[in-house]
Amino acid sequence: MSYIQGETGDWEIVIGLEVHAQVISNAKLFSGAATDFGSEPNSQVSFVDAAFPGMLPVINAFCVEQAVRTGLGLKAEINLQSVFDRKNYFYADLPQGYQISQFQQPIVGKGEIVLDLPDGSSRTVGVTRLHLEQDAGKSLHDQHPSKTYIDLNRSGVALMEIVSEPDMRTSEEAGAYVRKLRSILRYLGTCDGNMEEGSMRCDVNVSVRRPGEPFGTRCEIKNVNSIRFVMQAIEYEARRQIEILEEGGKIDQETRLWDTTKFVTRSMRSKEEAHDYRYFPDPDLLPLELEPEWVEDIKRTLPELPDDKKARFIQDFKLSPYDAGVLVAEKARADYFETVAKGRDPKMAANWVTGDLFGALNKSGKDIEESPVTAENLGGLIDLIADNTISGRIAKEVFEAMFETGEKAADIVEKKGLRQVTDTGAIESSIDAVMAANADKVAEFRSGKDKLFGFFVGQVMKATQGKANPALVNEILTAKLKG
Amino acid sequence: MAELTRLTMAQALDGLSKKDFTAVELTEAHVGAMEAVRPLNAYITETPDQALEMARASDARRAKGEAGPMDGLPIAVKDLFCTKGVATTAASRILEGFVPPYESTVTANLWRDGAVMLGKVNLDEFAMGSANITSHHGEVVSPWSPGAPGSWSRRIVPGGSSGGSAAVVAARAALGATGTDTGGSIRQPAGYTGIVGIKPTYGRCSRWGVVAYASSLDQAGPMTRTVEDAAIMLRSMCGFDPKDSTSVDMAVPDFRAALTGDIRGLRVGIPREYRVDGMPAEIEALWSRGVEWLKAAGAEPVEISLPHTKYALAAYYIVAPAEASSNLARYDGVRFGRRVEGGSLNELYENTRGEGFGKEVQRRILIGTYVLSAGYYDAYYLKAQKVRTRIKQDFDEAFRSCDVILTPTAPSTPFAIGDNSDDPVQMYLNDVFTVPVNLAGLPGMSVPAGLGGDGLPLGLQLIGRPFDEETLLRVGQAIETAANFTATPPFMA
Repeated sequence: MSYIQGETGDWEIVIGLEVHAQVISNAKLFSGAATDFGSEPNSQVSFVDAAFPGMLPVINAFCVEQAVRTGLGLKAEINLQSVFDRKNYFYADLPQGYQISQFQQPIVGKGEIVLDLPDGSSRTVGVTRLHLEQDAGKSLHDQHPSKTYIDLNRSGVALMEIVSEPDMRTSEEAGAYVRKLRSILRYLGTCDGNMEEGSMRCDVNVSVRRPGEPFGTRCEIKNVNSIRFVMQAIEYEARRQIEILEEGGKIDQETRLWDTTKFVTRSMRSKEEAHDYRYFPDPDLLPLELEPEWVEDIKRTLPELPDDKKARFIQDFKLSPYDAGVLVAEKARADYFETVAKGRDPKMAANWVTGDLFGALNKSGKDIEESPVTAENLGGLIDLIADNTISGRIAKEVFEAMFETGEKAADIVEKKGLRQVTDTGAIESSIDAVMAANADKVAEFRSGKDKLFGFFVGQVMKATQGKANPALVNEILTAKLKG
Repeated sequence: MAELTRLTMAQALDGLSKKDFTAVELTEAHVGAMEAVRPLNAYITETPDQALEMARASDARRAKGEAGPMDGLPIAVKDLFCTKGVATTAASRILEGFVPPYESTVTANLWRDGAVMLGKVNLDEFAMGSANITSHHGEVVSPWSPGAPGSWSRRIVPGGSSGGSAAVVAARAALGATGTDTGGSIRQPAGYTGIVGIKPTYGRCSRWGVVAYASSLDQAGPMTRTVEDAAIMLRSMCGFDPKDSTSVDMAVPDFRAALTGDIRGLRVGIPREYRVDGMPAEIEALWSRGVEWLKAAGAEPVEISLPHTKYALAAYYIVAPAEASSNLARYDGVRFGRRVEGGSLNELYENTRGEGFGKEVQRRILIGTYVLSAGYYDAYYLKAQKVRTRIKQDFDEAFRSCDVILTPTAPSTPFAIGDNSDDPVQMYLNDVFTVPVNLAGLPGMSVPAGLGGDGLPLGLQLIGRPFDEETLLRVGQAIETAANFTATPPFMA
């Protein structure tokens, strides 16, 4: 258990997350309007999205399929009957004056997400539910000194709200939850998980308590749009609550905002100011009924998900849980690794991918999809090491050149003349020259100063520009020094 | 050419096909009639140019032998249906200046079948009312008057909310009109003006493009002078629409073919709970007469029970306002219609909605908001939904022992403008016989059956099984034949 140390003793943080994930779909949840990000304001708006008189919603079957696919990916119950409700509130970017959502009967029930923690351990967090709902439009307050502009492009776009149980106890776990959920959604192809573009947003519920005591009063931090902010907001909010409680105060249940410039949470509205959403079943839509066979069909087409892939990597490739976890976190990474590992030493492949490649990508700010070194070419490099064409040390140099130019390993080795020297004659003459130039050191070695062996190896490698086969150097040098 | 406006739709179709007159002549006669009935305040928007253009196109189609089932028939459209390029107000100030860029499915169906639009007619604001006195465009006056025949005193309400539709059809200023019925808004005004009105089964007519009042209850239907005309017009109006999720994917029968005149052996249910306290004796007598007519035609009256009837009105006045409070949230001054600026967003809302909505609409929004509020939802909305289920079960049970149900359309005779207007509950009581039909989603129909002692029309209501409009029409025609209702209002075009 990890507790926070307060002035008066230990505290435990309790965290639950509500993630809004935009469904990957060409059309909106209840209209045929397009959903492309970054289009001209109000260019993707149907009369339904703008809530013109007499317009009616019609459910988009593909969005339903995506929600079911996500539910299955979260190992959750799929509710064969669900109901769309109206959540009523007034806002300028909410054209209908209500959001069509699911309140009492969501499409997906209880599921779970396995967190991969930095120490390689796992922890299961419960998913309470997933429901489908419409997104609102966007209010632009900075376009005019006194007016607000409204962009309805997002109005009516399908969102999945995925609600967790209050199962997390640290900000790291919350971060791991969002990362893992995003990974699953991307594997499934149901949400692109792009938090900067707002296609994934988090509401964070935080409370604190003394270990073993019942849950405390929670505050909800709305619309946090990066994993880093989620973690920072939790840390700040927990400290804030502990401070109040330790001073004898009490926590007011309220909605707060994460201030991304001051790194604090600020009160948005209190419980008294909370909206009464007046939920009721939307009379324009019938209850949504799914055929069990249809759900089974979707289940059959599910891709291998990160947890299964991780288990397989550990089992088949004998990778450590940590390496396996790092590799499966993104499907593109896992695919890359599998291509490299195919027919090669998997441990070596894993080292190259997680070490040199990820390091280089990280440094250059590139995604794996943009890697100048293709999986096939990295495999080629490993092959050159395996058949002794180059040494591991030279390979690092070759890799750097590959990353820079995108060329194949063999071409670079050839061009730069980096082929390993395995000609024993050439190695012998190098050794002879080194020994002749360092006669004093040879004498010292022979009188028992074993440690000098490394010096001789270094000199030989230097003389051969690192191309000498290290194993041969060792062998011949040992023989010659013994005299 | 006043005689052309006296025709029924069936007669007009006959005349058009025999080339006795053209659609343009028929339409010109009705354009004249439309102008003549301006004292009724029934038309909000007259579209004579569009009407004549449609009529010319109709004549061209007929000449090519491509006439549709309603080709050349001039009709009026309740101003709740969105009509492309023609102002649509829902009789509300808040929709001032709104011109829909789209056509409702129901009106599009009518134009597809050749009907000609004369204009948009008045109604209670957002279809909320039973007297057509809540319109922003002013009240509609019934062409009927009490007392001595032939003199028009401009005193009587046409009923509501489809009061404009009822008035122009009764006054011979349209061969028919579209109406909508959420709690009786077609049947009650039809009854009050001596015409026929059908609210079909929920799901028959698409709601797409019709300004919503209470989505789970709203249903469009025809208002005409004869049962046969209702059959003609209903057929054109209904049909599956993928744009309305509550529209039913069922074949549309040829309703006119159902008018066989033979109702022998049909069991007609007489609900004992509809004998309400304070119902005028003449309505009671009319109802009994209706039973006798059907009996004489070979049907068999059976007493039935609809035990939850007494809760229907209360349930309706929870469910309908609840849905309305949400449906009308979109009228916020932000995107279309009338906007009254304010210093903040909330002020803009308050000013726009405060000035844009009339008293009755505001009353229902407040009731609806209240019954959906946290802490009241279970006691009101949820309870009302349970009542609704019971009412539906009452009808299911009743239809095991009867094929159609006969009741009066309303418990009162048409009243004077100004009566009941200070007492909303008294006004709501007018809907007591019609509301249960909407709650159960059933087809209902009002047929003119006679005149009351004051010379004002009275209607009888028929209620049918779901999607059995055919039986409804067949029985309706039997009543029409027996009642031989030939009275005409003192004010006609």
